[in-house]
Amino acid sequence: MDVKVNKKLGLKERYALMTRGLGWDTTYQPMDKVFPYDKFEGIKIHDWDKWEDPFRMTMDAYWKYQAEKERKLYAIIDAFAQNNGHLGVTDARYINTLKLFLTGISPLEYMAHRGFAHVGRQMRGVGPRVACLMQSLDEIRHAQTQIHSMSNYNKYYNGFHDPMHMIERVWYLSVPRSFFDDAYTAGPFEFMIAIGFSFEYVLTNLLFVPFISGAAYNGDMGAMTFGFSAQSDEARHMTLGLECIKFMLEQDPDNLPIVQRWIDKWTWRGTRVLTLVGMMMDYMLPKRVMSWKEAWEIYFEQNGGALFNDLARYGITVPKCAAQAALDKEHVSHQAWATFYQYGAAADFHTWMPSSSEMDWLSEKYPNTFDKYYRPRFEYFAEQHKAGNRFYNLTLPMLCQTCQIPMLFTEPADPTKICYRESDYKGEKYHFCSDGCKEIFDHEPEKYIQAWLPVHQIHQGNCFDPGVDPAAPGFNPLAAVLDHYHINQGRDNMEFEGSEDQRNFAAWRTMAAKN
Amino acid sequence: MSVVSLKPYDFPAADSQDKFHGNQLLYVGWEDHLMFCAPFCWPLPGAMSFGELLEKVLPGGFGYHPDFKKIDWSKVEWFKSGKPWRPDDAKSLAENGILHKDVIRFRTPGLTGIKGSCS
Repeated sequence: MDVKVNKKLGLKERYALMTRGLGWDTTYQPMDKVFPYDKFEGIKIHDWDKWEDPFRMTMDAYWKYQAEKERKLYAIIDAFAQNNGHLGVTDARYINTLKLFLTGISPLEYMAHRGFAHVGRQMRGVGPRVACLMQSLDEIRHAQTQIHSMSNYNKYYNGFHDPMHMIERVWYLSVPRSFFDDAYTAGPFEFMIAIGFSFEYVLTNLLFVPFISGAAYNGDMGAMTFGFSAQSDEARHMTLGLECIKFMLEQDPDNLPIVQRWIDKWTWRGTRVLTLVGMMMDYMLPKRVMSWKEAWEIYFEQNGGALFNDLARYGITVPKCAAQAALDKEHVSHQAWATFYQYGAAADFHTWMPSSSEMDWLSEKYPNTFDKYYRPRFEYFAEQHKAGNRFYNLTLPMLCQTCQIPMLFTEPADPTKICYRESDYKGEKYHFCSDGCKEIFDHEPEKYIQAWLPVHQIHQGNCFDPGVDPAAPGFNPLAAVLDHYHINQGRDNMEFEGSEDQRNFAAWRTMAAKN
Repeated sequence: MSVVSLKPYDFPAADSQDKFHGNQLLYVGWEDHLMFCAPFCWPLPGAMSFGELLEKVLPGGFGYHPDFKKIDWSKVEWFKSGKPWRPDDAKSLAENGILHKDVIRFRTPGLTGIKGSCS
């Protein structure tokens, strides 16, 4: 008898069988009951099979690629740990950027994992479902590899000990956290625009390039390697985000205004969150990659501009907030660092004033703004510190109801005036840092009135550990809040000069270089 | 506009006045003094007099600034929700028409921060 040999399947056939071929329409229950979430947002999809996945990735190939990347990554992480790689970074100040990353970004990777798992479940089309499944797995891998890479620093330095606890409590971490909570509690299509498109496509380079190039520039092989290990995943995520938006726009003309509003909203939300990254680039990296303003011009104005030109054929226009962001790029990093410097007693990392040569770099990179608006403030802070009167602001700030950032941003037309906006809703006032944040609130006030604003929560008495009595004599509210945050007062926070991290780094580096 | 949802969507506001143990929130900003990165947020009893706010509360927030002790309070210009406004020091916050989560600002003519930079 002849043995019948099946021909090896081509990539296209394989993809069809391993994705679309795995799906079916339900019969015992109507599809609308099985997939209850993919219509209510108003997005109309007529033919899910029109979804194109340019990567044509199937699960079996996915495991193989990812396993290979993991092997390489963990070999480097081990080598880094065994060779005391942490002593090779430029300066102990650099390590504070990792604390910000670990507490502010890594928990979001985990949240993205949950988000894509949820969205994948809720889309009735098999193509996006499979793509979301893989992205969901990528995101949990990113959370894990980041935590593993940075756990090496946790052995030696303060502030790395409890990121998952902090993300749910600490005042400035509510900014990235609320960004994700907002996306996660939206419908599946809005989530795809929020995270898949606005964050992963429009803004991702502004997060990735500074952190990963920053790690490379500052001698941190460990962090650099998890960045490179994630990069091929990111390329896939960007493609998914872009495919999703094109798919929605091609399916029905009624989708355009909904999609445009989401792009406007999420580009602004993302821009506000990236203020933290701007501050990191201009102030926290001892060896700087480029200024925040330059990064914004290359990655948002030029690259993003090209993307929006490409989407113009669908009727998509550049997000409304781009005009304000073009003015803000000269200010936000300075404003944010001034904020963390003064609230440095309540942060999970150290803060400091730039040296005079660093201030000169800032003058050169920000010729229109640094000397005029920020240098006098920073020189005054530095003088006061020298005189033994280091500024710690101990009064809680007013926050924006939408982005939850303290109201530190100035009027687009006048950098000497704080930008105040407000709305009334059901007899109560709500305040915003910008027109963008006010518009987002005004469109869905029912959602944002529930915001968990850290300052208001402290004043409500919700940020003390159980058993703490705010009425007890000598009660110190700041100390009680820091206990609740799991921040060790005087060790994890406050001024970098004289910190335990600074001392240890110097002592260990000397030991590594001498007998 | 309102939220698009699958089911009725009605949740209470997180920061209504009843949650602040008898206090109301007041936000206060000092114009031309951006050394304080943002306006402050204080929980205060509505019965507190405006004079008490000036004497007992503001110094704790703004006192670090070298301009603070130079303020001539009789010349200070006040704004409520951005509009010119004249409070009465002898009256309470409530009698001055200050409600929960109101924002007030003050301008100190002649004082413009560190080296005139509005810091």
